[in-house]
Amino acid sequence: MTKSTIEAPIPGTFYRSPSPQEPVFKNEGDAVAVGDTVGLIEVMKSFTPVIAETAGTLVAFHVENEDAVMAGQPLYDLEA
Amino acid sequence: MAISKILVANRGEIAVRIIRAARELGLKTVQAASAADETMLAARLADQTVCVGPPHASKSYLNGDALIAAARDTGCDAVHPGYGFLSENADFAEAVEAAGLIFIGPKAETIRKMGDKAAARREAELAGVPTVPGSDGVVKDVAEAQTAADAVGYPVMIKAAAGGGGRGIRIAANAEGLAQLIPQASAEAKAAFGDGGLYLERFVRRARHVEVQILGDGERAIHLFERECSLQRRRQKVWEEAPAVCLSPQQRQALCHSAVKLAERVGYRGAGTLEYLFDEETGEFFFIEMNTRIQVEHPVTEMVTGVDLVGWMIRIAGGEALSLSQEDIVLRGHAVEARINAEDPAADFRPHPGTVGGLELPGGMGVRFDTMLYPGYQIPPFYDSLLGKLIAHADSRERAIARMQRALGELTVEGVPTTVPLHLALAGAKDVRDGAFHTGWLEEWLKGRPLADDATPEKE
Repeated sequence: MTKSTIEAPIPGTFYRSPSPQEPVFKNEGDAVAVGDTVGLIEVMKSFTPVIAETAGTLVAFHVENEDAVMAGQPLYDLEA
Repeated sequence: MAISKILVANRGEIAVRIIRAARELGLKTVQAASAADETMLAARLADQTVCVGPPHASKSYLNGDALIAAARDTGCDAVHPGYGFLSENADFAEAVEAAGLIFIGPKAETIRKMGDKAAARREAELAGVPTVPGSDGVVKDVAEAQTAADAVGYPVMIKAAAGGGGRGIRIAANAEGLAQLIPQASAEAKAAFGDGGLYLERFVRRARHVEVQILGDGERAIHLFERECSLQRRRQKVWEEAPAVCLSPQQRQALCHSAVKLAERVGYRGAGTLEYLFDEETGEFFFIEMNTRIQVEHPVTEMVTGVDLVGWMIRIAGGEALSLSQEDIVLRGHAVEARINAEDPAADFRPHPGTVGGLELPGGMGVRFDTMLYPGYQIPPFYDSLLGKLIAHADSRERAIARMQRALGELTVEGVPTTVPLHLALAGAKDVRDGAFHTGWLEEWLKGRPLADDATPEKE
């Protein structure tokens, strides 16, 4: 098992669900496939999905829902 | 003046504009800043800056309690809300007054009334201001829809009573089309909004967006002529002008007079804007809604009338009566405004925060740049992409556009892409120069890839 840390591709506000009323995209412990949406980053009122480029198990989030993130800041850890 | 110190409850270029107006009136300013905005230009210019919360607007600029606490803690006696955020929030205006502070804007009840589309429409009708012809409420069935449509005139828009934001709108060209679309639209509205109710409205194919600036002191109101904001992308204004090139002097007179009637009917206080849809084919105008705040594009009006709108907002809020009469307001020349956004026109206008490197600003006669930029400024990703507004004023529309082109050529913002290339292309486009556009024009024009590297510039 190797652990990798996925970083924010762009700065903005991180969201774990598509809207406040909807469930989160991923929980800790969930399997992540390539192409899965893990969260959204809002930049200047436009939303960019955070898409998984590697598969594995999401073991931990480093940021909370609605946290401000900078580009390169750790978002989540993946075990593969 | 009942005001000596203002809390600026906004950010970006409008916060700078408010601080400048306040300082010219001899007033102190306290800038409310989120944790991401403590280095912004307005924070540098204000007499004092106070942090009102984390970067996310819901926790700072939309947090009324934090803003009011900041105003009280710093000894402010008034709050200027700018545009967006809490500027049209009647509860906030009420809370500000309840805290013993002055809200620089209309009375809370006016904000509430004019913010309710149906109530605003009713007020307009009572003031004798034309509204978009439509069915009297929801239509029950096809027969009732057809009767209503005959009175409204085809083509008609079918709208979901429970909808909003343009969702589920359909257009029927004639009675047969209407009969086909009504059942379909009703089923869709039921599925999408849980309510199949539909109403009809006249569809204007080539609508132009015109709006009238007004100033009132609660008793008397005047207009400061109109602006045209038909160049829009995704319903966001891109380029604005004053006056509107599409109106005849008689139409201008009728439009502006109607706005004053509505403003006086509601006892309007402060600066406000009445938005209209103008049908160039029939020469009719229809009231759509009222914005009970200062608007982004207010400088074009200031340039052609010479009236300091933000200064007047503060003076009226401070208890001064409006000393300007309608005869004092004279149109001088033409002004155009280009919104300079941190967006990449080459990548579908993707917003692009970043750090400003070198900065060269335009100047010279008739040029104004209302901006938040300075060299080294880190543009945060949390708010909208507006960096500044470049305004050019001259004695004719043709010369104002030529001046805009010249000024755009002088503007250099290093470090982030901006919408300058879009505006250069617009200033050179024949339809823009001819004033031949409508609210759908810009998106259609962009489909022809006028900004691509291999695009040939339009010839005169």
